[in-house]
Amino acid sequence: MRNIFLFIRRYSNFLLFLVLQIIALSFLFRFNKYHEAVFNGFSSEVTGRVSQKYNSVEYYFQLKKTNDALVHENLELRKMLKDNYESYDTTKKVVVDSIKVDSILKYQKYQYYEAKVVGSFITTQTNYFMLHRGAKQGVHADMGVIGPQGIVGRVVNVSDNFSTVMSVLNRQFKVDAKLKKSGDRGRVEWDGASPQYIFLKNIPKSAPIAKGDSVLTSDLSSIFPPNIMIGTVAEIVNDPSSNFYTLKLKTATNFSSVQYVNVVENLQLDERKALEEAAQKNQ
Amino acid sequence: MSITLKNIIRFVLFILVQVFVLHKVPPLHEYVVPYVYFLYVLWLPFKTSRAALMFVAFLFGLTLDYFLKCPGLHAAACVLIAYIRPFLINILISQEGADTNYSSPSITSMGWAPYATYVVILTLIHNIYLVLLEWLQFGNFLYFLGKILATTAMSLLLIIIAELLFNRKEKFRTNTV
Repeated sequence: MRNIFLFIRRYSNFLLFLVLQIIALSFLFRFNKYHEAVFNGFSSEVTGRVSQKYNSVEYYFQLKKTNDALVHENLELRKMLKDNYESYDTTKKVVVDSIKVDSILKYQKYQYYEAKVVGSFITTQTNYFMLHRGAKQGVHADMGVIGPQGIVGRVVNVSDNFSTVMSVLNRQFKVDAKLKKSGDRGRVEWDGASPQYIFLKNIPKSAPIAKGDSVLTSDLSSIFPPNIMIGTVAEIVNDPSSNFYTLKLKTATNFSSVQYVNVVENLQLDERKALEEAAQKNQ
Repeated sequence: MSITLKNIIRFVLFILVQVFVLHKVPPLHEYVVPYVYFLYVLWLPFKTSRAALMFVAFLFGLTLDYFLKCPGLHAAACVLIAYIRPFLINILISQEGADTNYSSPSITSMGWAPYATYVVILTLIHNIYLVLLEWLQFGNFLYFLGKILATTAMSLLLIIIAELLFNRKEKFRTNTV
């Protein structure tokens, strides 16, 4: 027994070193696996508040870009108005929909919340955003985040007033995507190299592709609404040994300047998840 | 100003500079990440006990981690260099008692060549460990080597700039401690 105490005393520094290393590494690998940070609530509140202070200054430098993005988004939405289209066929009968708007609420699938970006990084291999909207304001994990120009990321962690969003520019981020032209589906990932380019994998070589084609979120994604812009094809990488293309995409969102985002809640997600779990149990 | 207060202010400043200046700079290349924050651990006073050194380094790394949302990564690297630091100082310090005559490692207290060796070795160890932890999760071997070299070069450049900008006055204290 005495020898054990002597051993601990003699190697106390080394043992402390080992203990701290193990704590740090367990934090790291646990977070990478489940995205549950230790002291998450407290740390997010503190770092969120500091980031918010910084952002109140940084925001002024981005105002012009933010404004441009919002004007473009408004223009796109205005183009979709029904009043823009008029049929030449006057014999067409106009049917007035008698269903009240309220009565279709139970069929609503996506609910949008606005949120301010207070912290963002694009320099690391695992980039995250910080939003000033948290659990008290209706945000929870696994909600999609879209900006004025396209998708931004996925909520992984929430504290009371802030939430952490895994950016598309994160090596662990994956989303199901499709080509706008042909509807062929693939998977979008980031390779960690440049914050302007992401990759779309598993597109069959039979699909007609040209540079500049739009890539949208697919209908299969459980967290993103379908047909949200992801990016445009910048380069077609042809791998002769495989039947699939890898497409280099230019991201639609400018991740360094995005200031306002929408958080999307899928109101039918619970039902879908329950069904998927039931199907897995039956196997 | 007392040494403790000075180090607390330094703690905050290093974190803020690393998070809100260096990590906000648009990335030059995937290999180049401008790290300079660990200079705080290198600048801690000589007389800090080894246990305290590791605790402070852990806390410092963890603070940065929570800002960058990768809890544990920088903390692990900081603890490692804090553990190795006393060994290195013992080897490198030239004359008997330099670590009692001066308060903290610097060019004046250690001499030009030993201080440069001290900084280069710890920077290299810090970056190797940091990139190794990243490499375990993703990336290939070229990424591992390239990132270590590029990041270390960048760190050393930033450390030289920091040393030139902030000329730390090291007062010669009495020999009779």
